[in-house]
Amino acid sequence: MTIDLKTIKHISKLSRISVDEQKAQKLAGDLNSIFEFIEKLNELKTDNVEPLTSVAETTLKFRSDEIKSENIREQIIKNSPEDNEDFFVVPKVVE
Amino acid sequence: MMSNITTQSLTSLVDNIKNKELSSEEVTKAFIERSEKSKELNSYISEDFSNAIDKAKKFDQNPNFDLKLPGIPIAVKDLFCTENVRTTAGSKILENFVPTYESTVTQNIWNEGAILLGKLNCDEFAMGSSNETSYYGNVQNPIDKGLVPGGSSGGSAAAVSGQLTPITIGTDTGGSIRQPASFTGTVGLKPTYGSCSRYGIVAFASSLDQAGPMAQNVKDCALLQEVISTYDKKDSTSIDFKRNQYSKELNKDIKGKKIGIPKEYRVDGMPKEIEDLWQKGIQYAKDCGAEIIDISLPNTSYALPTYYIVAPAEASSNLARYDGVKYGFRAKGENLIDMYEKTRSEGFGAEVQRRIMIGTYVLSSGYYDAYYLKAQKVRKLIKNDFDEAYKQIDAILTPSTPSSAFKIGEKKDDPVSMYLNDVFTVPVNLAGLPAISIPAGHDTAGYPLGLQIIGKAFKEQEILDVAYAMEEKIGFKNKITDWWIK
Amino acid sequence: MAKDKSEYLIERYNNVYEVVIGLEVHAQVTSNSKLFSSSSTKFGAEPNTQVSLVDAAFPGMLPVINEFCVKQAIKTGIGLRAQINKRSVFDRKNYFYADLPQGYQISQFKYPIVGEGKVVLDMPNGQKEVGIERLHLEQDAGKSIHDIDPQNTLVDLNRSGVALMEIVSKPDLRSPNEVSAYIKKLRSIMRYLGTCDGNMQEGSIRADVNVSVRLKDSKELGTRCEIKNVNSIKFMQMAIDYEANRQVDLIEEGKSIDQETRLFDTKKNETRSMRSKEDAHDYRYFPDPDLLPLEVTDEFIDNLKKDIPELPDDKKKRFIDEFKVSTYEATILVSDIDTAKYFEEVVAKMGKNKDIKLAVNWITGELFAVLNNKNLEISQSPISAKNLAKLVNLIKNGTISGKIAKTIFELMMDGDKDPQIIVEEKGLKQESDPKALETLIDKIIDDNRDKAIEYKNGKEKLFGFFVGQAMKVSGGKANPQLINEILKKKL
Repeated sequence: MTIDLKTIKHISKLSRISVDEQKAQKLAGDLNSIFEFIEKLNELKTDNVEPLTSVAETTLKFRSDEIKSENIREQIIKNSPEDNEDFFVVPKVVE
Repeated sequence: MMSNITTQSLTSLVDNIKNKELSSEEVTKAFIERSEKSKELNSYISEDFSNAIDKAKKFDQNPNFDLKLPGIPIAVKDLFCTENVRTTAGSKILENFVPTYESTVTQNIWNEGAILLGKLNCDEFAMGSSNETSYYGNVQNPIDKGLVPGGSSGGSAAAVSGQLTPITIGTDTGGSIRQPASFTGTVGLKPTYGSCSRYGIVAFASSLDQAGPMAQNVKDCALLQEVISTYDKKDSTSIDFKRNQYSKELNKDIKGKKIGIPKEYRVDGMPKEIEDLWQKGIQYAKDCGAEIIDISLPNTSYALPTYYIVAPAEASSNLARYDGVKYGFRAKGENLIDMYEKTRSEGFGAEVQRRIMIGTYVLSSGYYDAYYLKAQKVRKLIKNDFDEAYKQIDAILTPSTPSSAFKIGEKKDDPVSMYLNDVFTVPVNLAGLPAISIPAGHDTAGYPLGLQIIGKAFKEQEILDVAYAMEEKIGFKNKITDWWIK
Repeated sequence: MAKDKSEYLIERYNNVYEVVIGLEVHAQVTSNSKLFSSSSTKFGAEPNTQVSLVDAAFPGMLPVINEFCVKQAIKTGIGLRAQINKRSVFDRKNYFYADLPQGYQISQFKYPIVGEGKVVLDMPNGQKEVGIERLHLEQDAGKSIHDIDPQNTLVDLNRSGVALMEIVSKPDLRSPNEVSAYIKKLRSIMRYLGTCDGNMQEGSIRADVNVSVRLKDSKELGTRCEIKNVNSIKFMQMAIDYEANRQVDLIEEGKSIDQETRLFDTKKNETRSMRSKEDAHDYRYFPDPDLLPLEVTDEFIDNLKKDIPELPDDKKKRFIDEFKVSTYEATILVSDIDTAKYFEEVVAKMGKNKDIKLAVNWITGELFAVLNNKNLEISQSPISAKNLAKLVNLIKNGTISGKIAKTIFELMMDGDKDPQIIVEEKGLKQESDPKALETLIDKIIDDNRDKAIEYKNGKEKLFGFFVGQAMKVSGGKANPQLINEILKKKL
């Protein structure tokens, strides 16, 4: 199996990482060699194997329905690259 | 002031502080002074030295000697979020990120009286085996100039080995504690999945990530493990099990312990010195009174391909939050999508982008079953292998890495050969088991080599005991020449 | 086959189409704190003031599940007579958006907490069963605000992480009216259970509407379009009507329908394609490695079952049996939990000698009219159940006439006044003393001798005149029944 440039561009779109032609070429090369190595898994028959859900052999623990976090807007917005004190600000979204 | 402060083990520093031979300030200043002289190693991403001295003075004014790490200065991997101290995860995308919160693991350390020295270099988002993917530059292995310290906890391993910090904590997703420990002649423990809280640790691959201690010897490692391993309700995968007083309960007597030797770890092209080291290790274990049993872990060779599906898949999702909106780096964009794409393209380095792409691909429509689901099935088989083996043994002994430390740049452009570094360490993460790497010898160039002891889940005490017993028999001495100090 | 008038069909030339509708309803779970974080879910707070580090997806932050939200989902499942899954799994649905801080939504994909169930609708021509495919728990997103700043989009994360139940119906709905009835029924059930407040103005219930059309009597499903995020029943109905006609027109023109996501434009009353968004949709679902599978025991579910109140269908049956109200009245009375509560309180307060029929008339008549006019919920009623019960009793025992009661009702609205006190203060008590009434009537007959004679000569219409006079002279207080009896006797 080979990963072509079209696929690279599709997954870069899904990953929201821009790639130019040169970068796409390089990624295609890298990914192809990595997947060649990954394809080793195809040797194994796993039809009747249950996939692992977690190595943590415990059950999901519940939290009680209490409000513990107060207004920390200042903290939340502090690290934002652009904000107006009340909101996070992003370039206009065109629907 | 004692001149040999930085060469002391954690245990003796704690003793010297407790019996007032040393003050926290003296100890802290000694490590800072050595750190200042060791810029060439590039171990630190962010230093917090003046605060550290203030905290040490404060400790000395009102010391509490009941604590386990009284006034001990510690530098930590820059993957742990530290309140008001910049946390970058080795990435440009978090270059200016200052958390307003503290990870549980680091909080546990401060609660026992330790003092933060600074944040240690690592591979970007812990993705790497040589510390070469860090946005903040390579780390030099104190063993020799131009040598990688391993990764991703490369800065941490170099800092312990180079005595810039008495102990440290790293994180291990596929070998990121054990491999650099092996490359630098130090001890590193990856605890059972669920032993140390992941709260406040920048995530790489959630089902594999585990924080763990790194130290100069097994006892120090045990003490730090005792401090950092707590059940934490803030992490849904944290496990509430009975934790030992690992350092207090440390026991050299491992007579009759059954130690398994998995034949599948004898991989093609393994250097003879690694094979020799392993044989030596087996002999040491026997000398300690352990019983050696040949075992089989038949799916071992599938571990690495499995890992390179599972870890990137989780990473591709975990790293989606770095989008230039809430924190971190943002590139200018014409619209939201353009901003995302430029931010992530400029903010992430090549290896991180590569792994995000792999992860996105294996989860994408039409490929999920063939890759991700398949990998989770194989992961189950790998875990079953261990479960089966542990019916007749107590621990497993293997080499930590298939080679000693390599040269900076040597494997940088060949991702697959870089990934092969983790061949012995990755199965442990996939199965969620604890494992420790201890230095056990040198190769012909004088570079350290490590042995790995893998335990049953939650049996950290057992592998610490084996490591402790073997450590004494091995009598390893790290060859640090201080070449970088002018 | 006789054509049922209540059927919603679209005709073009000789072709008759029916519409097939399935709904994905997003209902906000009633809880104090969010699904995976402990920040408040309260509506209407200042922007970004109910946001924790987890909600804003800071590095290293992890989700921890709220037990109450799990219970709410299971209770809702029980209310929908659905299969409760003892093991369910949280998955990540990956996509980028400004108001989705994690870059993924935690949802349940393959293994939802609730499986198949059903809802019964009361339609004018009988009952209709609608299948429930599943119910799962998921996180809400934040809010993107596009109209404050002309250059930028502003993001408020207060809603980010609030628990939602996504309730997916089978494609069993056939008309905008059925959709309306379905949403109202779901809302009613959830309000009875206390699992969702059903406040549509605050966005507590929103729906994605799947619409397809097919020739009537065809068995195959047509290509469907999904109309995203419609937040009122009226808009859902309008959107379906527009979309169904659009699809029929396409088919009639020999064109094909693209399976796509569409948006309902509430200004133009039309749906339009969101194709730009569709392109990038590959959600890459996978189990969230920060969470373990959600497992609940039989005991856990049984304890919740004990907590389930009487639900609308059962209550309706009981109202019909116990109070002898009509099916129609019962349907109205149980449609909302607060109406049912009000009614039951009125019944209780009326005591032994009660006239339930009269009480129902007053609730569904006068009271509903007032609430409607004032745009109030029954829980905000200006007249308490206790006082309405008193009023009904006053009519029943002949203290006041129905007409006077209306005057008193008006007066009661001012501060929920006790009708008994109004009657006393204003002297509105009905005159039921036969002697007094006889005197009064004698005088009227005396004053209108000529008309009395005409009546006796067969002009029976004039009876009404005498009743009117009696009421007028008594100031409306004369007991009309007695007036009738006495007049008949005297004339």
